[in-house]
Amino acid sequence: MKRYILKRLGYAAISLILLSLTIFLFVRLTGDPTVLLVEPGASQADIEAIRHQFGLDQPLWVQYGHFVSSLVRGDLGHSFYYRTPVLELYLSRLPSSLLLATAAMAFSLLIGIPTGIMAAVRVNRWWDSAGKVFALLGLSVPSFAVGLLMILFFSVYLGWLPSSGSGSVAHVIMPAFALGWYFAAAHMRLTRSSMLDVLGSEYVKLARLKGLPEALVIAKHAFKNALIPVLTLAGINLVIMVNVAVVVETVFAWPGIGRLLYEGVSFRDFPVVQATVILNGAMVVIVSLLVDILYAVIDPRIRFTR
Amino acid sequence: MNGSRSAALTVAWRFASLASFRTEGFPTIPVIILGVLIFLAVFANVLAPHDPEVGNLGERFRPPFWQQGGSEKFPLGTDHLGRDVLSRLIFGARVSIVVGFTAVIFAGVLGTGLGILSGFLGGWVDQIIMRVTDAWLALPALTFAIFLAAVIGPSAMNIVIILGLVYWTRYARVIRGEVLSLKERDFVRLAIVAGCSKRTIMKRHILPNVLNSAIVLGTLMLGVVVVTEAALSFLGVGVPPPQPAWGLMLADGKKGLMAGYWWLTVLPCGCIVLMVLSANLLGDWLRVKLDPQLRQL
Amino acid sequence: MSDAPLLELRGLSTHYVSARGTRVVRAVDEVSLSLAPGSTLGIVGESGSGKSTLALTILRLLPPAARITAGEIRFEGENLLEKSDREMRHVRGKRIAMILQDPMASLNPLFTIGDQVAEPLRVHEGASRRGAWSRAKDLLKAVRISAPESRVREYPHQMSGGMRQRIVGAIAISCSPRLLIADEPTTSLDLTIQAQYLNLLRDLQRQHQLALIFITHNLGIVAKMCDQVAVMYAGRVVEWGPVTRIFDAPAHPYTRALLGSIPRMGDGRKRLTAIEGQPPDLVAPPSGCAFHPRCPEAMTQCREEAPPETVLGPSHTARCWLNVPAAVK
Repeated sequence: MKRYILKRLGYAAISLILLSLTIFLFVRLTGDPTVLLVEPGASQADIEAIRHQFGLDQPLWVQYGHFVSSLVRGDLGHSFYYRTPVLELYLSRLPSSLLLATAAMAFSLLIGIPTGIMAAVRVNRWWDSAGKVFALLGLSVPSFAVGLLMILFFSVYLGWLPSSGSGSVAHVIMPAFALGWYFAAAHMRLTRSSMLDVLGSEYVKLARLKGLPEALVIAKHAFKNALIPVLTLAGINLVIMVNVAVVVETVFAWPGIGRLLYEGVSFRDFPVVQATVILNGAMVVIVSLLVDILYAVIDPRIRFTR
Repeated sequence: MNGSRSAALTVAWRFASLASFRTEGFPTIPVIILGVLIFLAVFANVLAPHDPEVGNLGERFRPPFWQQGGSEKFPLGTDHLGRDVLSRLIFGARVSIVVGFTAVIFAGVLGTGLGILSGFLGGWVDQIIMRVTDAWLALPALTFAIFLAAVIGPSAMNIVIILGLVYWTRYARVIRGEVLSLKERDFVRLAIVAGCSKRTIMKRHILPNVLNSAIVLGTLMLGVVVVTEAALSFLGVGVPPPQPAWGLMLADGKKGLMAGYWWLTVLPCGCIVLMVLSANLLGDWLRVKLDPQLRQL
Repeated sequence: MSDAPLLELRGLSTHYVSARGTRVVRAVDEVSLSLAPGSTLGIVGESGSGKSTLALTILRLLPPAARITAGEIRFEGENLLEKSDREMRHVRGKRIAMILQDPMASLNPLFTIGDQVAEPLRVHEGASRRGAWSRAKDLLKAVRISAPESRVREYPHQMSGGMRQRIVGAIAISCSPRLLIADEPTTSLDLTIQAQYLNLLRDLQRQHQLALIFITHNLGIVAKMCDQVAVMYAGRVVEWGPVTRIFDAPAHPYTRALLGSIPRMGDGRKRLTAIEGQPPDLVAPPSGCAFHPRCPEAMTQCREEAPPETVLGPSHTARCWLNVPAAVK
């Protein structure tokens, strides 16, 4: 297991390096970086100061070195708009996004897994077709469409739920639903196909040959095995949710990091944009790594091999 | 039993089974929808009743013609600047179709090319391409696209480039896998033994065989790309105003949402959903038809 | 030993029907056999001959596309086809057990060995967790697995192929069934392990008065282990009878061909006799006797009409026009 973990760590490290390099290069190499790194409306003197500060006249690899060392130190720049270090800003908004993502994930699993199992167990009946339609809609209707339509319906027409802001359960319901909608369909699809695979396996056949009641075969033998790929996907999807929540957070004015990114872009607050992208990317890499490690711990096949 | 009710049920069932993943059925409705959209995109200038970018402030927020206050002059209503919604939708179709197809092709060419190189040449070329692919795949598409848009600056052309840069990795991974297994096949080995140059082999033997997967992937990516473009436009970093894009219409429409101007939101949503749905259904059908082994996609 | 057969199949047929009802595959076609308690029956045939389907039919664990269309399955006097699903559940694992070909795939990778061996005991006999666990250890000992106390806590992937197959065997005999069906249990084992495993099965059989149905394509195993043999072709039993009689004087050309294709020491032949032609397509089988396109002794009648079952002796039948005296040449 150790070798497995070390290997994953190595890959994660390389991904992080490449990520930072990509972002760095894109900023430096597409036109004049001062346009981005300098506040709009700055004077010539300010521009010179920034140029010096970032060492823009020095060779690229030196600049990259500065870049990485500031990243490691936790210095991700200052927001033009908020006048605070971006890292602080990011961390203060992160809990909201995590809350939203968790709610959306809970919703997607609570709907996705049971429907997937039922679709698999009763193949070729009405339930299977209904499940397929649901999956299709879930994967084809984008989250912002769901969000906007929900606002129209539940806030404007019915007046039941608030259309923006956060702070109570009522505020979370619609954004969580809009965000989780796509993932519910994805999880359902994966659960269904995973379950079908498992139900066709030899050990399920043997379980039936043993004379076990069908409910036990499904609940014990099939379920646990079928769930492995789904939970792996769910782990990664959580982080992805935090990222794609940009749109949902904007639609519902939810104060998370997605909204922060939107503000950064709208206000041309580039340090915010750059930092958010780096941090989001790093988050995905790290969480993938953790999920891989967790997987190794749970699955006895990996746990007990060298 | 009520004749019209049973007729309605039959139609609904027909539509549902057409729209389901039945593999024997050719997805006629999705193809028709896509065809209509392409037609609208091509002939937008002729078909749209008004100029989509110029508005008449005296006619703002008119509802669609069947509602009170609407008129047949603006069949689907007007937006906050008095611009005709129908015309904007039609021109928006042009944007979505053009951007969608171009980005998919761009990403496809880039991704397939790199995938073939990576899979066939192996060695450090493979390692480099794969590491970059993995790293770029780790960054969620939307976030990456927003970043690129902030750096490069939004315009219709740039959006295509951005989307291509973001999505080529999806192709590269899959194609590389296929190439790896193709390499083991006898006809490729024979070509190598016969002394064909690597370029020839890649062009004549490998490329035609991965084309199927590339096409299927392309159709499936179309939906994703359109949604991303709409999201970018919605956030204000996509196609810049006053050019009409469905995502932009949604952003504008949001302002009127609380006031009940539903058509500014529902209609663009409907268009986006129709296009994505059709692309997905077509892609699914193609996937089963062209290569059942692509189940994992 | 009582005279009544433990298992009797009469005219059993299982058909696979395609989704639209257009194609019918006769996987098992009018099979009649009987098996005495404690004896061993070997079922041989090429792949696709219907051997595995027959086993699954007896246990009524067929996939949804398959249907038992005719016949009777009498086990200890009861007709299994008349039983409800719940009643069949009590038969499976408890009175009739089955082991499958691939032991790695048969064991659930996420549960311990002990858990999986104890499971039938808990379900069929209501054993407590501790009681079942200790009986599981005894069972592992009975199938000659060393250090059962530690093995019981381990996982399938930590065992070798031979050990896994024994574990599957332990699961099978856990509730003392009367009949054990083994579907090619040694095919995935190393040759050296195979003999050990067969001996184990033999010993278990003797200890527990177990009847054994051995599905295999290996005639050597049949010769070593079985009292009777049934030869299947295209879903039908073309010859059935005592092993000694059939090996000495096979009555069906297919059986003759099978026996002739085995290389033997001291054999004067320079070339092995292969059976010409291809196995039959079960969707569109040949007319009349399914073997006629490949049969060196085929006659006109063989093409026109399928031969009936002719009784050649006590518990010895064959389906061949050659055995019917009044056959038209």
